[in-house]
Amino acid sequence: MQLSFSPEDEQFREEVASWLQDNLTGEFEKLKFRGGPGDEHMYPEERKVWEQKLADGGWTCVGWPKEYGGRGCSIEQQVIYFEEYARAGAPGRVGHIGEGLAGPTIIAFGTEEQKKKYLPGIVNGTELWCQGYSEPNAGSDLANVKTKAHFDEEKGKWIINGQKVWTSLAHESEYVFVIARTDPESVAHKGLGFFLLEMDQPKIEVRPIQQITGTHEFNEVFFDDAQCGADGIIGNPGDGWKVAMGLLGFERGVSTLGQQMLFQNELDEIISIARENGAAENPVIRQRIADAHIGLKIMRYNSMRMLSGSEDGSLHKEALIYKLYWATWHRDLGKLAMDVLGEEAEMLESAPYNLTRLQSMYLFVRSDTIYGGTNEIQRNIIAERGLGMPKEPKVQIK
Amino acid sequence: MDFAFTDEQKMIQDTAQSFLADVSNSDAIRAAMETELGYDEQIWQRICNELYFHAITIPEEYGGMGLGYVELVAVMEQMGRYLLCSPYFSTVCLATNALLVAANEEQKAIWLPKIMEGTTATLAYTGRNGKWDAEAIQATYEKDGDHYNLNGTLRFVPDGHSADLLIVAARSKGSLGDKDISLFLVPAGTKGVTQTWLPTMDQTKRVGEVSLDSVDVTHDKLLGDEADDWPKLEKIIQLATVAAAAEQMGGTQQILDMTVQYTQERYQFNRPIASFQAVKHQAADMMLRAEVSRSAVYYAACVAQEALSGGALADELPEAASVAKAYCSDAYFSNASDALQLHGGVGFTWEYDVHLYLKRAKSMEHFLGDSTYHREKVASLLLD
Ligand SMILES: Cc1cc2nc3c(=O)[nH]c(=O)nc-3n(C[C@H](O)[C@H](O)[C@H](O)COP(=O)(O)OP(=O)(O)OC[C@H]3O[C@@H](n4cnc5c(N)ncnc54)[C@H](O)[C@@H]3O)c2cc1C
Repeated sequence: MQLSFSPEDEQFREEVASWLQDNLTGEFEKLKFRGGPGDEHMYPEERKVWEQKLADGGWTCVGWPKEYGGRGCSIEQQVIYFEEYARAGAPGRVGHIGEGLAGPTIIAFGTEEQKKKYLPGIVNGTELWCQGYSEPNAGSDLANVKTKAHFDEEKGKWIINGQKVWTSLAHESEYVFVIARTDPESVAHKGLGFFLLEMDQPKIEVRPIQQITGTHEFNEVFFDDAQCGADGIIGNPGDGWKVAMGLLGFERGVSTLGQQMLFQNELDEIISIARENGAAENPVIRQRIADAHIGLKIMRYNSMRMLSGSEDGSLHKEALIYKLYWATWHRDLGKLAMDVLGEEAEMLESAPYNLTRLQSMYLFVRSDTIYGGTNEIQRNIIAERGLGMPKEPKVQIK
Repeated sequence: MDFAFTDEQKMIQDTAQSFLADVSNSDAIRAAMETELGYDEQIWQRICNELYFHAITIPEEYGGMGLGYVELVAVMEQMGRYLLCSPYFSTVCLATNALLVAANEEQKAIWLPKIMEGTTATLAYTGRNGKWDAEAIQATYEKDGDHYNLNGTLRFVPDGHSADLLIVAARSKGSLGDKDISLFLVPAGTKGVTQTWLPTMDQTKRVGEVSLDSVDVTHDKLLGDEADDWPKLEKIIQLATVAAAAEQMGGTQQILDMTVQYTQERYQFNRPIASFQAVKHQAADMMLRAEVSRSAVYYAACVAQEALSGGALADELPEAASVAKAYCSDAYFSNASDALQLHGGVGFTWEYDVHLYLKRAKSMEHFLGDSTYHREKVASLLLD
């Protein structure tokens, strides 16, 4: 075991930090600490410009191989990059779904042509992606998707019909990746395909869903004979589940790391409020702040273990517990923030419903234990895969 | 012993339940949330003219119903359950209690009939420091002949932006702790009084800020005895705390009922999600919290009644109020939190009502002191 970063890595840290210091200025100054989870509605246009600024500096997709436009950064360097990015208060990345999910999937499962077609727009920050998995009847039971895809020989195109829901940032995106049934007779994991669609077509309709924060980040997306080309499928018809699950692996991996520094920023803000308003003298609050700090420290150690072991890409036990751990920790942090503020926690920035940063964090964390596999589903996965306990028997209950 | 509602109390509860289920549905709540006033005046008028919920604890000689705190709690529970947006809590559970506890006969004879007519009122005692006991009082008064001069800013005042009558707690300049505290009747519109709305995360309730800039009040507006009002105010706060716990308990129950219903209708993996033990166990814990809350609140209601009418349990009020508020604050938030979780994505939307309960649970948790504050009160009763 070896905990410190190498001199080269520390030099890389310097490089990231100073680039951000030099560039997160002027028109971008106001984006600092904005646009993260729960705050995605803030400055979307300006953050798209920032995305391209990052791209120009070579600071998008740093973990991707160089041949696909990335920096080929090691795991350590990716950790450093995400840490410095958050430390500088750089804004939430509008391109994170493309960079963290769609791109890696295309790199892992796509053909060379598909890589050439889709990756550059992600790297240069001009094309944003969204994730079309969940449907009204396929939430925790994701394999229950009903959206259908069939190949129209005449047109030489895939035709997609159905509905997705909770699609984050669909209203800002150029592309969506969708899992849909290629075999209409199939059930569950079999007979699915993984498709890449342009959003800008008349047969796709995006309807906003307003969330608990009063703002809107996710959407319903309707596909009514929507199309993509013959090359718009990743892998073969029937491979969709495999590809989709590979992608969920990426979701649990490095792309979640930068968030720990965001968590640190939030905890720091809470601590400084506690000092100011006297909550720091309350013994119960002291315990809870200490507990939050302990939880965050160990979260970091856990991810260091997780990333060290992940060369072969398999999920280790410390990775299995990670989503449940951080989501629950973060949800508790939201409550702590409000309790440190006391009655002042209620006060909005302004009417009708402009939340403060901590309020919006507090409300948004309610979703951390839901999206990407709810806490209950995580526990099932831990028990079944981590501990080898028997699966819930499949039964049909009317 | 008969720790159960009488038939008459049950009837009041049922009346409240069916009325509120009708007038305080999701659309009505959302319409009220949009307004600065924060409630529908017509519903308030119906409460005052048809249902007389505001009259429950007002003695018959002032035109009220002369009933007790148990009846009041029965109604508050339903208001919490249906998230009624209303000046009820401020007018009845704060201001009317203040008049009952602290006013002299003449003042009661003037103000209780006004409350009967639908005048709204509130109690303003907390300053800016986020405290809930005597230390919270930061507004000041100075005596000048038989006039008083009031100054200061009162924050977190329920319906403080709109109440027709403010009952203001102030301390003599320079005093500390629970010394030299007086209560004053300050009608809205008195010169030097400004009432502003403070927009809050929980939109089903309104709080305001009341600022007093050299407000002149005459001696007849002094409620109770000059400089000696803390014990009375403390009792008023404890009575209000019991009512707040009742409101919390109603919400704790309702959010459980909503969750039981939703999880039975929602299918995943070819079965209602309610059939998963992971879901059932959470629902069972939610029911436990609702039932324990109910026991704490009903007991506190009986104690509150005796505190008002001078019964044997009167001295238990400080403890019973804190027991109820400590437990109900945590229980409501936990139930709302679990409810949101068990609703999955829809629980996170604006459209479903779950978030309204989560937000109400949080605002009620802090209001009048959270569970940490009330556990400390119990600890000091036991230990100091
Ligand atoms: C903010 C946010 C952003 C999102 N973004 C996206 C996105 O971009 N793209 C996308 O595809 N999806 C997205 N989602 C959807 C998300 O992945 C789903 O909400 C999630 O998978 C849960 O599904 P559901 O909402 O249908 O809840 P349900 O599956 O209906 O779950 C309801 C409750 O039942 C429980 N439950 C279900 N099955 C079981 C079981 N077997 N055992 C025990 N308990 C069970 C759940 O844990 C939960 O508590 C997003 C969701 C949120 C909240």
